[in-house]
Amino acid sequence: MDNLLVLWQAPTLTLQLLIDGVLVGAIYCLPAYGMALVWGVMKIINVAQGDFVMLGGYVALYVSYAGIHPMFGVPVAAAVLFVFGWIVYQLVIRHIVDRDLFVSVLATFGISIVLQQLANQLFSANVETAEANLGSTYLFGSTIVVGNIKLVAVAIALVLAVVLFLFLKHSRLGQAIRATAQNPRAARILGIETSQVFAMTYALNAAICGAAGALVVQIWIIHPYIGLTYTIRAFMIVVVAGLGNIAGVVLAGLGLGAAEQFASFLLGAEYQAAFVFSLLVVILLWRSQMLARRRLYLK
Amino acid sequence: MRALGFAAVAVGAILALAAPFLLPNYVAQFAILWMMVLLALTWDLIGGQMGYNSFGNIVFFGIGCYAAAVVQRSLDVEYFAGLALGGIAGLVLAVAAALVLGSGILRLRGQYFAICTLGLGVAAGELASGWDFIGAGGGMTAPVYPGSPRGAGVFFYYLFLVLAVVCFLTLRALYARRFGLVANAIRDDEDKAEAMGLPTTQYKVAAWMIAAAFLSLAGAAYGHLQGFIDPRDIAFSGETLGVWMVLMAILGGSGTLWGPVVGAIVFDVTQEVFWTYLLGWQRVALGVLIVVIVVFFPQGIIGFLAERWPERFGSRRVSSLLVPDKVS
Amino acid sequence: MNPLLELDGVSKSFGGVRANTAIDLAVGEGEIVGLIGPNGSGKTTLFNSIAGHHPIDAGSIRFAGQEISRLRVPQIARRGIIRTFQQTRVYRRMTCMQNMVVSAPVAAQGIAGMLGRIAREDGERAQALLDFVGLAALRHSQAGDLSFGQQRLLEFAMALMRRPRLLLLDEPTAGINPTLINGVIDRLRRANAELQVTLLVIEHNMRVIMNLAQRLYCMSHGEMLAAGTPGEVRNDPRVLAAYLGGS
Ligand SMILES: Nc1ncnc2c1ncn2[C@@H]1O[C@H](COP(=O)(O)OP(=O)(O)O)[C@@H](O)[C@H]1O
Ligand SMILES: [Mg+2]
Repeated sequence: MDNLLVLWQAPTLTLQLLIDGVLVGAIYCLPAYGMALVWGVMKIINVAQGDFVMLGGYVALYVSYAGIHPMFGVPVAAAVLFVFGWIVYQLVIRHIVDRDLFVSVLATFGISIVLQQLANQLFSANVETAEANLGSTYLFGSTIVVGNIKLVAVAIALVLAVVLFLFLKHSRLGQAIRATAQNPRAARILGIETSQVFAMTYALNAAICGAAGALVVQIWIIHPYIGLTYTIRAFMIVVVAGLGNIAGVVLAGLGLGAAEQFASFLLGAEYQAAFVFSLLVVILLWRSQMLARRRLYLK
Repeated sequence: MRALGFAAVAVGAILALAAPFLLPNYVAQFAILWMMVLLALTWDLIGGQMGYNSFGNIVFFGIGCYAAAVVQRSLDVEYFAGLALGGIAGLVLAVAAALVLGSGILRLRGQYFAICTLGLGVAAGELASGWDFIGAGGGMTAPVYPGSPRGAGVFFYYLFLVLAVVCFLTLRALYARRFGLVANAIRDDEDKAEAMGLPTTQYKVAAWMIAAAFLSLAGAAYGHLQGFIDPRDIAFSGETLGVWMVLMAILGGSGTLWGPVVGAIVFDVTQEVFWTYLLGWQRVALGVLIVVIVVFFPQGIIGFLAERWPERFGSRRVSSLLVPDKVS
Repeated sequence: MNPLLELDGVSKSFGGVRANTAIDLAVGEGEIVGLIGPNGSGKTTLFNSIAGHHPIDAGSIRFAGQEISRLRVPQIARRGIIRTFQQTRVYRRMTCMQNMVVSAPVAAQGIAGMLGRIAREDGERAQALLDFVGLAALRHSQAGDLSFGQQRLLEFAMALMRRPRLLLLDEPTAGINPTLINGVIDRLRRANAELQVTLLVIEHNMRVIMNLAQRLYCMSHGEMLAAGTPGEVRNDPRVLAAYLGGS
């Protein structure tokens, strides 16, 4: 907590933390948006969300091992995870779409364990990062340093978000997805194959996570057990923003990124994960307080 | 039929009492087996019976682990006295934690509760790994058992056996009373239960406190059995014990008295097999097992038997009023 | 006469929707009062307000002379107001007997109440009430396996099991086989006469409510339109307009 004083004395440091936080938070928005998509369309909470991010990171890492710049890992990871997500849907998710929401939490939690343990077996438990070597930008007479990779990553995240938005709004599949989200039965009557829409939605979500993971491995680190934190971040963002609220997701994501930077500076980096998980508990309690004021519509 | 069931229980009891002498080489594994039974039973109290599926019960286990070790470290008393005092300290702390946390978290419904408790379990492990007083990430040691390793095995075997049996009998008594009925009412429709005047939060918190009491005692014993307490792998081991307790209860049949017992035994024995044959892949296999059970076998072993032979395994409330064949 | 339930200017809106606007309503001890109104006129919302499912925006709700509008759902229920739901709610994975016994009121508070045994009288009364609604033969069936109408009857029996002073029934005959409706009316009357339960009944079926209620209230668009004897309300031109305009 002594660091609080430091923040007060060094406003540029505050700005540095804020910039770092917002840039990181922009990446959080991607899996959060995917989670909201799957939750809204399929009524499934995908606990394996963060593990898709983790897998995307490893794909980009192996791209860089092949001597290719890890930035090219972004499309590759998206493609690989798209296929992977489709397979997971066919193997497991298909069977739980119309079951209790808790079944989906538990089943995707199982998937999450499988993926992290597989990653542990295949890639070892080491902490990995893929060097992008893009240099840094110095602001305010080099009191503030921003890794260029972060700027590029945010730009890519932004482009992805816009593409996704346009895709959902205008493409045939996007419209089918939105129609299914609103009313699956009506969509079926209109001749939409909801099972295909579900498969595509889940695969698309995995692709988004994969792309996010390919960015994460370049600006930060990955290891087999990192998934759960990303799942929890995505969940918090969606809970705060609500389903189907893109602006809310972006705001909540950036806010979370900044909050984490400040927390880990003030409490010490070893408490960052503890902060994320404790924040989850606090946010859920806050939400239940808000809900208690306007209770559900009982018939 | 009654007599057959009674005979089965009697044979089981004799085997359980004699196990350390029948199979002396496996006494530690059997001790863990009873702990698993306790974990599954306590999970089902709040999960299967009340419909509050928690991923965070491991918190109370971890509290028990650490409390016992801290008491042993700070008090200069003899091993067993220290363990007893530590167990009591852990129990008080865990029950208090269940009361405080439960009053807030148990107001969350369904998936929000599940994910919140998931966060709670991980947060506890992370906080413990940063807290120097309890050894931070390096963990803590518990004192060494004053006697032969074989004596230690036998001691912990009977300790876990007693804990599991007391836990089972407590829950059986609870389920046969109003408590069991209210728990099921909350599971089936909590809004209805409230509209009928039931103080549901009070019941939920009480159930969590009971679970916490048994879990903390199991944690205290487990920490001493292991001799070393790691924050994430032993005390707040959400990835292993924390998930297994859910899995065992569902495998055996959640919401039934015997289901968690059967599930724990089947799971633990199967898991021992995995350990030997899968060499490193056992965790992957366990994840697959979770998915398979949840997706394709959610009714569990007892549930499956009850579907097949309802007259033999169907829901049987102990109160004679509610048993079909007893009502004239 | 001192009314058992007294609503004074109760208002409730959801966002922009004004579900209830300044509702006045009184139910005397021992009465059977009907509440009618077109779909969406705010009747269920009024029940939710009385039972404490949401805070009201304005007004007061008094029960047996005491303000209850700030109490929580179980507290209101324990004071003696039990409501049933338009979409029937029973404990689906429990047997009818279990549904009944768990609905029995308990005298003991706190731990003693929670850990108490199941009383023999409760079992006997549960049997008698199941008999009363005609479900005795199904007492050990799972509630979720019952037909829709049977679940309605079970819900009614559970409410009686709780020994309420005031019973709020939300469309008790909806979905019930027309040949059985007279039986339901008969049981409501007997519950009122023999068990001293005051009834406030939302009902869609005009024939039923005209037959059953001693007094009627009619709502429309969240407002109280008319009140009086069934004959008065039926002939009120505003009520006719509301129904014709509503449908
Ligand atoms: N919790 C709520 N949130 C939003 N709107 C609600 C809520 N409860 C009731 N309403 C609205 O209030 C109006 C009255 O509904 P309701 O009380 O169910 O009418 P009735 O029972 O007379 O058919 C409806 O338009 C309904 O959509
Ligand atoms: Mg209604």
